[in-house]
Amino acid sequence: MAEVSLHGLSKSFGQIKALQDVSLTIPDGAFVVLLGPTGAGKTTTLRLIAGLDRPDAGDIRIEGASVLPDTPAQRDVAMVFQQYSLYPHLTVRDNLAFPLRSPIIAMAEDQITKHINDVSDVLKIKHKLDNKATNLSGGEMQRVSIGRALVRNPRIYLMDEPLSSLDAKLRADLRVELKRIHAELGATFLYVTHDQIEAMTMATHVGVLDHGRLVQYGTPREIYENPVSTYVASRLGQPRINLLPADAFGIAPPRATQIGLRPEHILQGEGQPATVRRVEHLGDQTRLHLTLGPHAIITLADAHTRLSPGDILPIRPENPLWFDHDGHRI
Amino acid sequence: MAEIVIRNLRKEFGNFTAVKESSFTIGHGEFFMLLGPSGCGKTTTLRMIAGLELPTSGQILIDGEDVSQKPASQRDIAMVFQMFALYPHLNVRKNISYPLVSQGLPRAQVQAKVAEVARILGIMDILDKPVGGLSGGDRQRVALGRAIVRNPKAFMMDEPLGALDAEFREHMAEELRALHDRMGATTVYVTHDQLEAMQMGDKIVVMNHGVVEQFGTPQEIYDHPTTQFVAAFIGSPAMNFLSFEGSFAPGDRSVTLGGQPFATPELREGASGRKLLLGVRPEHVSLTDSGTYRGRIEATEYLGTTQIVTLSTPHGTIKARAPSSCPASPGDITGLTFTASTLSVFDQGSGRAFRTAANEGVRHG
Repeated sequence: MAEVSLHGLSKSFGQIKALQDVSLTIPDGAFVVLLGPTGAGKTTTLRLIAGLDRPDAGDIRIEGASVLPDTPAQRDVAMVFQQYSLYPHLTVRDNLAFPLRSPIIAMAEDQITKHINDVSDVLKIKHKLDNKATNLSGGEMQRVSIGRALVRNPRIYLMDEPLSSLDAKLRADLRVELKRIHAELGATFLYVTHDQIEAMTMATHVGVLDHGRLVQYGTPREIYENPVSTYVASRLGQPRINLLPADAFGIAPPRATQIGLRPEHILQGEGQPATVRRVEHLGDQTRLHLTLGPHAIITLADAHTRLSPGDILPIRPENPLWFDHDGHRI
Repeated sequence: MAEIVIRNLRKEFGNFTAVKESSFTIGHGEFFMLLGPSGCGKTTTLRMIAGLELPTSGQILIDGEDVSQKPASQRDIAMVFQMFALYPHLNVRKNISYPLVSQGLPRAQVQAKVAEVARILGIMDILDKPVGGLSGGDRQRVALGRAIVRNPKAFMMDEPLGALDAEFREHMAEELRALHDRMGATTVYVTHDQLEAMQMGDKIVVMNHGVVEQFGTPQEIYDHPTTQFVAAFIGSPAMNFLSFEGSFAPGDRSVTLGGQPFATPELREGASGRKLLLGVRPEHVSLTDSGTYRGRIEATEYLGTTQIVTLSTPHGTIKARAPSSCPASPGDITGLTFTASTLSVFDQGSGRAFRTAANEGVRHG
């Protein structure tokens, strides 16, 4: 396993600047998640590191040495794609063995068997080892394609939304599994997703991308509690952060144009009267849809709150986040 | 506006029984969810209400009138599908006005109705655009417009948001619910997404294998599931089930797992020497040093306000939802306590919840 660093990385496709001057260090053994919507540059970053595309400018170093001259195979990285791409004519076992039998690795068959057994245990596909790859459910195919990366011992694992095609239950199980695998292998992971739950729950570090720029890099807790902008603040947290004009509750600090309120920033029972518009019982928690003058606010209440639509609930901000007119945090 | 009563409804396709004897009532103006995994019979039930399938037996009453054997055209119900099914060669205005034009409504009235619907849906500015170039959300709004414009007695929606991506789905769910609150039309909505059902529904029917497992308000179903299936299907992470063998008598206020008593709501039935499950939701598990029941922390998942803690216990792996400020690291041994008033006890064989002081009055399927 290895430290991977990006230095001023840029890449354009025609007129589109997919990645602009991105610098980032992925420490040895870290689980870094790149978070952003479609088109933010997440997949481009992975492809540049894997060697599937060449950067226009900047450098990529693994263990301190530039890998730009190296072919994808020489870089010794493993990539898992969103669309699982298995060899349809091979069994699950042979799909998993394939990278180990390649001329560069050429592992002994008894070693291969041991590796496959270990990985198939972890991914719960042992009973399917002799199935044809096409004779699997979507979830099983994706687990095999993750397994094909895990049987190797590359310098970094690159994962491109590997869970997005799975159902909610399996996704929740595999989140915990991937995190456990990461801890056990001590491996370095770079994982790309637009799912904030995956970013929050698995990452040691989160990088937030916006139109090809890395706008913040830190632990999930830092990103959640100390976002640098309204863009970053809106990426994490459910329900989403409420963004209102700075003077919605009265006095605002100089230069502030917006106030950002997560549910934990809204004190209930004192302050200004808000009207309950809708009460959503989600079971473990209840979402309150409030209106305060012209503003809509969503916050949380106790699961068994007695509030109902039309009720008045006084609220006031407590340690809110302030943003200037460019959306930057003050 | 309409009240829809479903009585002993059954549907067989050859040897396969898609729906077995379901009964429930959809109140005037309710947003009513049919929830369950694929193959549970929810879409078949919806199609029978709409008149797209005729039931093998049983009754469907709309405002007191038995319509179960009437064709769809005589039921005055509008259907919205997951695949928007718009007329690709017509523009937005013509798509929305189509049902009115085909009813032979005068032109001026059609124009007025379309304008009103477009205003409700906020799509005035795209009325003259072809539907081909529209975003997924706008296409769904047009499909809704075409349903609303007829002013039917009720709306049937079959996973209308299923084709949208997660972020946008949440936005459309809010929009759809707000639209319902303004119009107050009876709506029956099919989904397999438990969060969507909890978020939008006034009432939920949970179905499994063609059987209604439970019928009630979202909170009632969440707090007092009548079967293990419902308990596991609703809520994320799912309810924890601690497996044990034991006995209890009516009037008992605890069950004993491996010599350890756990306080529960007062039991109203007895069981002796049976395989049982103690059900506890993640937010009702507390990590405290004082707890004599011990677990080992296997993993933690940070979620901002809260975290999910995975623990191994003598009765299997369980998950707890704790405040993010609560210290928890993998490898730690911690005491666990459960909030007594929230616990459920299930029979392992049948999956049925035993009656307790807490779940009395909850309707079984």
